[in-house]
Amino acid sequence: MSTLETEIQNRVSNSPTISATARPVAKRKHLERWVATIALLLICIGFALPFVWMLSTSLKTLDKTMEVPPHFWPSPMVPGNYWKVINHPKLDFPLLARNTLIIAVLSVLGTVISSSLVAYGFAKVRFKGSGVLFVMMLATMMIPFPVMMVSLFSIFRWLGDHTPVQFLGTLRPLWLPTWFGSAFNIFLLRQFFMTIPDELSEAALMDGCSEWGIFQRIILPLSKPALSVVALFTFMGAWNDFLGPLVYIQHPQQYTLALGLQTFQSQHGGTEWNLLMAASVLVILPVIILFFLAQKTFIQGIATTGLKG
Amino acid sequence: MVFTLIPVVLSLYYSVCDYSLLQPPAYIGGANYHELLDDPIFRKSLTNTLLYAIIALPAGLMVSLGLALLLNVKVAGQTFYRTVIFLPSLVPTVASAMLWMWLFNAKLGLINTVLDWLPFRLLIAGINAILGLVHLPQIETPIGWLTNPAWALPALAFMSFWGVGHTVVIYLAGLQDVPSELLESAEIDGAGMTRRLWHVTLPMLSPVIFFNLIMAIIGTLQVFAIPYIMTGGGPARATYFFTMYLYDNAFRYLKMGYASAMAWIQLLIILALTAIAFWSSRKWVYYQGK
Repeated sequence: MSTLETEIQNRVSNSPTISATARPVAKRKHLERWVATIALLLICIGFALPFVWMLSTSLKTLDKTMEVPPHFWPSPMVPGNYWKVINHPKLDFPLLARNTLIIAVLSVLGTVISSSLVAYGFAKVRFKGSGVLFVMMLATMMIPFPVMMVSLFSIFRWLGDHTPVQFLGTLRPLWLPTWFGSAFNIFLLRQFFMTIPDELSEAALMDGCSEWGIFQRIILPLSKPALSVVALFTFMGAWNDFLGPLVYIQHPQQYTLALGLQTFQSQHGGTEWNLLMAASVLVILPVIILFFLAQKTFIQGIATTGLKG
Repeated sequence: MVFTLIPVVLSLYYSVCDYSLLQPPAYIGGANYHELLDDPIFRKSLTNTLLYAIIALPAGLMVSLGLALLLNVKVAGQTFYRTVIFLPSLVPTVASAMLWMWLFNAKLGLINTVLDWLPFRLLIAGINAILGLVHLPQIETPIGWLTNPAWALPALAFMSFWGVGHTVVIYLAGLQDVPSELLESAEIDGAGMTRRLWHVTLPMLSPVIFFNLIMAIIGTLQVFAIPYIMTGGGPARATYFFTMYLYDNAFRYLKMGYASAMAWIQLLIILALTAIAFWSSRKWVYYQGK
């Protein structure tokens, strides 16, 4: 250690002003931590309580949901409520789940394929007017669905009348648009592709790889974390969507979970709260499971990519 | 792209047409826009939406910022707290609507049950005493959260705080970029917690706050699914929002042209507010390295 450093250290440790403030700072840090912990505990109880209450109600008998004041612990506990919901004649849960899953899976495929292609174009291919196009695309991100729903509806009606393929009354309007790229996901993927060094694709080009080959063999495998984010967002969006199905779907055979659950509730009034809560738990569960599974993939994905580091 | 640009242009065309789906659109000029100006329900839905935005938007931004700051303090179990606060934002709209209808239930709901506990009863009695002094209407218990026109809108705004997880995560990510050297040097200079927050953290975070503000403007002004499911716009149209009237015009009354005119007004309002936000951002958003 140089003399200068020792000198500074001595001065710092002997300096009355700093040692006088250092202790209160540590004390304040300590206090800050305690206040934060208590606040967080209370807030988390508040945030978790609705979930707990939903679970508790979903396991109660109908009489017990009508108790005033309500009891926290369901007794008797009836997990059979879930079975009842799945087999409910008015709800047809398996069909709803199947429809929702079809839309979600096709939307994920469509979004991942189309958005990654467009994003590659914006990130790596230089062409005239790409800047203007990119700004235009970003601008479309601001346009909310309600603004477009009337004209989308009439477009799908027109397509149904003028082509052999039917759209309204089928699931198609709900997933087909995703195959034409979505601005947000294109933006997200483009930003990610930009971080992949051009040297990689240049080297591949020298080795005789085509543009398509670069995209498929270099860009896509390196972008797994970003692609899983896009896939996850799209899946959740499709799973949660309410307005879309409400606008396009006409027959109960095509209802999604969101639409089916709402119709069930509005037709049966707010009476069978235990069954409604059980159904809600079943709708939420896949999303929560997916989140916990994907959380790990993301962290692994980011750890293994390692190109930036 | 095709599914965004064409519909937007098409809806501009429809908005100057009389179009009922049954017949091809017929040009009628600005008649739809004129009619909207004199439509009391249109005005009601617009004021409701703006009122909701005024209640829910700034409060939502502040609640999520507060949560993010708390979640950024290094405490034991941080990941757990973060997960608990993020999870509700994953809940599908319909499921959270069902859940909150149950929680808000006037007679059997959890919220009124909790409010019936002694400390809260005393609190309400206290508030009523103050309200009585200034001759304002009293709070009647049990509160009909979704059945009383005065409470329905605030109830929906309150409920929206449960789903702020996404915004919190964006704030948290922003907080990681606040240089700790700056905070430490401010601390050594004797700046307390509030002053560090006000003079260091918030300015450094302002681009993130700005981003969340824009997202919140776009999202709040098109609120639809939650009120549609929970109240159907009632009671007495107290929660009848812009998008709901747009939807009803288009798909219940089949007034597609009229609905398209509404859609364009919605787009213009969103664009105008976003433009104001951008313009004001020059005064309060600080970009590092500029």
